[in-house]
Amino acid sequence: MGRFWCLLFFSVIVMAVVTFVLGPVYDHWLPEDISRDGHTIDHLFLFILALTSIVFLGTQFCLFVFMWKYDAAKNAKPVEYTHGSHTLEVIWTIIPTGILLFIALYQMNAWADSKMRRPDVAPLLEVTARQFEWRLRYPGPDGEIGTQDDIHTVNDLHIPVNEDILFSLKSMDVLHSFFLPNLRVKQDAVPGMKQWVWFRALEEGEYDLVCAELCGWGHYKMKGRITVESRAQFDKWLEEQYLAQEATQDPALAASEN
Amino acid sequence: MSTTVAGSHSHEASSHGHSESFISTYIFSKDHKIIGIQFLFSTLLWFLVGGLLALAVRMQVAWPWAEIPILGKLLFAAEGGQMSPEFYTMLFTMHASVMIFFVIIPILAGAFGNYLIPLMIGADDMAFPTLNMLSYWFMWPAFILMGMSFFAEGGSASSGWTAYPPLSVISESAPGSGSAQDLWLLGLIFVGISSMMGSVNYMTTIIQMRAPGMTMFRLPLTIWAMFITAVLQAFALPVLTAALFMQLLDRNFATGFFIPDGLIVNNIDPAPGGGHPLLWQHLFWFYSHPAVYIMILPAMGMVSDIISCFARKPIFGYKPMVYSICGIAGLGFIVWGHHMFVSGMNPALGMSFMVATMMIALPSAVKVFNWLGTIWGGQIHYTTAMLFALSFVSMFIIGGLSGIFMAATPVDIFIHDTYFIVAHFHYVLFAGTAMGVFGAIYFWFPKMFGRLMNEPLGKLHFLLTFLFLNGTFFPMHILGAVGFPRRLADPYHYETFRHLQPLNEFMTYCAIGMVAAQIIFAVNFIGSMFFGRPAGRNPWNANGLEWTAPSPPGHGNFDFQPVVYRGPYEYGSPEVDSDYYLQTQPPPETKEEAVV
Repeated sequence: MGRFWCLLFFSVIVMAVVTFVLGPVYDHWLPEDISRDGHTIDHLFLFILALTSIVFLGTQFCLFVFMWKYDAAKNAKPVEYTHGSHTLEVIWTIIPTGILLFIALYQMNAWADSKMRRPDVAPLLEVTARQFEWRLRYPGPDGEIGTQDDIHTVNDLHIPVNEDILFSLKSMDVLHSFFLPNLRVKQDAVPGMKQWVWFRALEEGEYDLVCAELCGWGHYKMKGRITVESRAQFDKWLEEQYLAQEATQDPALAASEN
Repeated sequence: MSTTVAGSHSHEASSHGHSESFISTYIFSKDHKIIGIQFLFSTLLWFLVGGLLALAVRMQVAWPWAEIPILGKLLFAAEGGQMSPEFYTMLFTMHASVMIFFVIIPILAGAFGNYLIPLMIGADDMAFPTLNMLSYWFMWPAFILMGMSFFAEGGSASSGWTAYPPLSVISESAPGSGSAQDLWLLGLIFVGISSMMGSVNYMTTIIQMRAPGMTMFRLPLTIWAMFITAVLQAFALPVLTAALFMQLLDRNFATGFFIPDGLIVNNIDPAPGGGHPLLWQHLFWFYSHPAVYIMILPAMGMVSDIISCFARKPIFGYKPMVYSICGIAGLGFIVWGHHMFVSGMNPALGMSFMVATMMIALPSAVKVFNWLGTIWGGQIHYTTAMLFALSFVSMFIIGGLSGIFMAATPVDIFIHDTYFIVAHFHYVLFAGTAMGVFGAIYFWFPKMFGRLMNEPLGKLHFLLTFLFLNGTFFPMHILGAVGFPRRLADPYHYETFRHLQPLNEFMTYCAIGMVAAQIIFAVNFIGSMFFGRPAGRNPWNANGLEWTAPSPPGHGNFDFQPVVYRGPYEYGSPEVDSDYYLQTQPPPETKEEAVV
């Protein structure tokens, strides 16, 4: 029976390897990355995956071999009466320390790029989260956010491709989290705080905008779409939005002025 | 300590033994063993509740909005038998709350801490038996309040076990943020009081009541882990209690600790705030991160004892093991910010939390290497307890390594709040702690009830649990890699995640199998209490003091005064012929003195 249990523990290695091989094959893997900086996150993910795989395989294999070799039912050798080894303890303290410190230092730049080094461009829009929608506010013809001619849309985020995008993120009610899986962007929206989010998209297309922080019963349906398009198309879209808004607003405005 | 424990024990038996009523012996008992078993039974029952809640969560994730077979008609008449989205938020909130506060923490500290500490250090009971009794009975208000929260108007608490404001505070923001959230908060305050009473008691008992000869470095690692856990609780719990009261005040007296000005929730402007939502997150994680170690350290200790016993070999690197427990506890206080990397907290601060978090992987790694060192060159006996203990090591490696991904701040941007973190903490808490606890139950059950559990049934339970848990939790890693977010009632209307449903169905089938496998455990547990093979004092030929007491030990534990001559891991010692060497067995040369 001892052999059976050893093989069961060996199956953990098989399971892990098979899962992480089949995952990418069947598209259960990092979604398509369309951003300029996302590859550093993916690279770090894969780098840590490689390191941890080595440790995983090494330790699990040792566990399996020791279980197999020192099964009391098969092993005639007497027990190694030892209380440990100072040398080994030093070795397996120093090596992991080195590796962990290396990972810690290695990633700092990527973190600073995505959260600390805000690009020096004018904000494209203002995003305000509320239960359960994303309210988006683009500057109108005057080019400034917070004025009367601002363009308002809901859940329909458009951005120009190949440009640094900067926007502010706020929440009206509870916590939300602005998550663009294909751009490797995530930032919680906190009421009472204004966050800055930036990225650059390199490919045109339409992708998901996900709320990633529990925000109430409708959290699951707080879904937006992001459309990445050429500058010309973006400007055209913005103008269409502006005109559509003016068309519906004018009678109301007129009524209130009278 | 009294040197005449045996005398006082027989005296007590004759003078009090008969006057003790059923109620004072088994219900309001001050005996640490009864209290431990009370904790064990209560937590196992809650384990069932928490498990069923998890199954319901899995049903919705695999088949969103499917008609629920039998319960659907009863619970969701209005929705045509479908689960409502607000019910889903209640399910995962209560699953986590029950599992963390009613199962893992009390089964480790309450059940095993209580039962094992006096027995393993050679004391006749805890330092404060009445306080100990209260620590159990203060769980009951918590049980009742949390139970009531299920039936509160609008449904149970639904803002996640982390109860992040403003969702948890402003009652307009969620159906379960009505009175249920108050009940939830009060329940947790009682859990905290109970834990604090236990913690004070464990520290005092371990420091003051060790048997003669039981130095700190002769303590079993189980006791070291329990001791450090008690210290963690004593230092971290007051912060949580304060935070819970603050949230209670915010909710009922508009104190606005966590609520900023100018909110508009559900088109209603709630009372003015002036506070900050991140304050709650800091206070909550200042407790709840150390609590993660409260939920794993005792299991690590117990697993060390089991592995050494069934490898018939001294634990490898006893002192490094002790130092790593202390290291984990120390670093555990300065890593809470890693839950908040994308919360809006200052990113520069995130960097320092990241470095501390990376370093906390180190003591865990040292422990894994030492467990491997322990089984190297041993004579491994594959008992059920040993299988569970070894699976703890195997699974903890997975859970530990996946933590490094989240510790890396840029990677965390992508996998934060996805199934990657769900995989990580289920590997640590279920595949780790719960498997360790099962091992501990199989190992110490003979001491608790005087009978052995059935081994073939135990092994079947192990086999099925092991297979199904990996089937349930391992695929979560690759779900996380896709960015699959947690806590979504229906993730598949996002294009990015639509193709993940078949895998989720497979995981749910495994989860059903995993819960079903626990029936074997329940049958074995209850059956063995009455029909198990009588165990005798030391069924595993183990070294610890608890194995020198009768099974089950009487009131006062030992029928002789234990005197300790060595540490608890002297298996295969060349000094004696047998492969074990009881802590109380006098060394050969001083045998005659010791008898006198």
